[in-house]
Amino acid sequence: MSEVPAIEVSYFPGCSLATTAKENNQSLIECCQKMGIRMIELADWNCCGSSSAHSIHHQIALDLACRNLSLAPPGRTLVAACPSCTLRLKHAQHRLKNDEAARDRYMKMWGRPFDPDLQIRHFFGLMEAVDLEPLLASNGYIPIDMRFVPYYGCMLNRPYALRSSSNYYGIMERTLTNLDLQPLSWAYASQCCGTFLTVARPDIVTPKVNAIMQGAAESGADCIITACAMCHMNLEVRCTLKKPIPIFHFSEILSLAFGTSRHQDWFSRHLIDPRPLLKSKGLAAS
Amino acid sequence: MSERASTIRLNDLDLNFSKEIKRLCGTDFHTCLQCRSCSGGCPFSDHMDYMPNGVMRLVQLGLKAEALTCNTIWICVGCHTCSIQCPMAIDIAAVMDALREKAVSEHVDIREPDILNFHREVLNSIERYGRTHKLEIMLRYKLKTRDLISDWAVGMKMLTKRKLDLTPSKIERIGDMKKIFQE
Repeated sequence: MSEVPAIEVSYFPGCSLATTAKENNQSLIECCQKMGIRMIELADWNCCGSSSAHSIHHQIALDLACRNLSLAPPGRTLVAACPSCTLRLKHAQHRLKNDEAARDRYMKMWGRPFDPDLQIRHFFGLMEAVDLEPLLASNGYIPIDMRFVPYYGCMLNRPYALRSSSNYYGIMERTLTNLDLQPLSWAYASQCCGTFLTVARPDIVTPKVNAIMQGAAESGADCIITACAMCHMNLEVRCTLKKPIPIFHFSEILSLAFGTSRHQDWFSRHLIDPRPLLKSKGLAAS
Repeated sequence: MSERASTIRLNDLDLNFSKEIKRLCGTDFHTCLQCRSCSGGCPFSDHMDYMPNGVMRLVQLGLKAEALTCNTIWICVGCHTCSIQCPMAIDIAAVMDALREKAVSEHVDIREPDILNFHREVLNSIERYGRTHKLEIMLRYKLKTRDLISDWAVGMKMLTKRKLDLTPSKIERIGDMKKIFQE
């Protein structure tokens, strides 16, 4: 593929992508590179606080997100791949914009003034800015003949305060149709996966996950495609069905279509092995 | 819910509680008109003792003990399904956050202690490393809840699939975490 002029963005991987979903991280960086986007990891980033911080301590949750915002170089969009991290970062920015006391605390703690103009985007926001058609026309792509159901989980929801941020409903279907995949409609596209309840209350999460996985199978899809590493893990870990269908990260499929050769280490990390499916479709052979 | 007292005693109402929660969550739950959209959409309402709209009513009325000791506030994962469905634009998930925080700071009887244990282990990990170390969180959680057997197979599978790092990823300026957690 020919080189495309690079856009540089700050990249916030977050704990899930940095550890349990390394294949998501690697494929994300890879597909962005193919689209001409250079992801520069935010230096010394810390955990966004995840669900736990805002669940029991709002000040710690805000401070953790603020430290990350303070590390972001000005003028460069900050991109997060985890929907939850994105929401925490955006929430903190919204709070800082509207609360003088919070801004004073930010300045005192991090010694830098708050930058209200910092753009914070989910990876979907980047995808939206990329004009895929000319890119595919000039560079070609590997057509992927698969039927899939898109799984957004709770990522398209947001509180009223963040209502003006973009809504990306349908972006996976629109993007992947360009790469010859066929989206199917189903009932569970926006059903929450249960997130952290998976640890303390697997009795609640397992039936939820099984219903989602069963729903995907009954729709006639070959696979589920998701853009959340947490959803991916919960579906894989808690599914107790005999023949669970494989789940891909959105970024893995994009990278495959863009002709990556670096996928060897990705699919072997899935708990539900997607390699037989890929093989049957003549993909990822090398 | 049927086991709960059906009489509301005016003397038990704590309207300061209502104000305090409103200040903490920054959303006006007094506009709730009990349409139950939140409860219809909530994916976990089957496991809650009060439906989300019921919790809004408890807070409006200042029924502090009922609101802080219900299991709903712990089962809620903050997926915001209710928040986007609410016709009055109440950020219901934020109310749940405020109630949990209050339940912890007031040392009331926590209805789902294991969920709180998990949250605490996550925060401990962030305080130590600046990031979450999932293997350690899980091991400490399992020790605390004295349950090392369940999920053993899942844990082993995750280890063999290289989903759990043995050593933590640590931030460089760990002093920043002390600054955040000292208060």
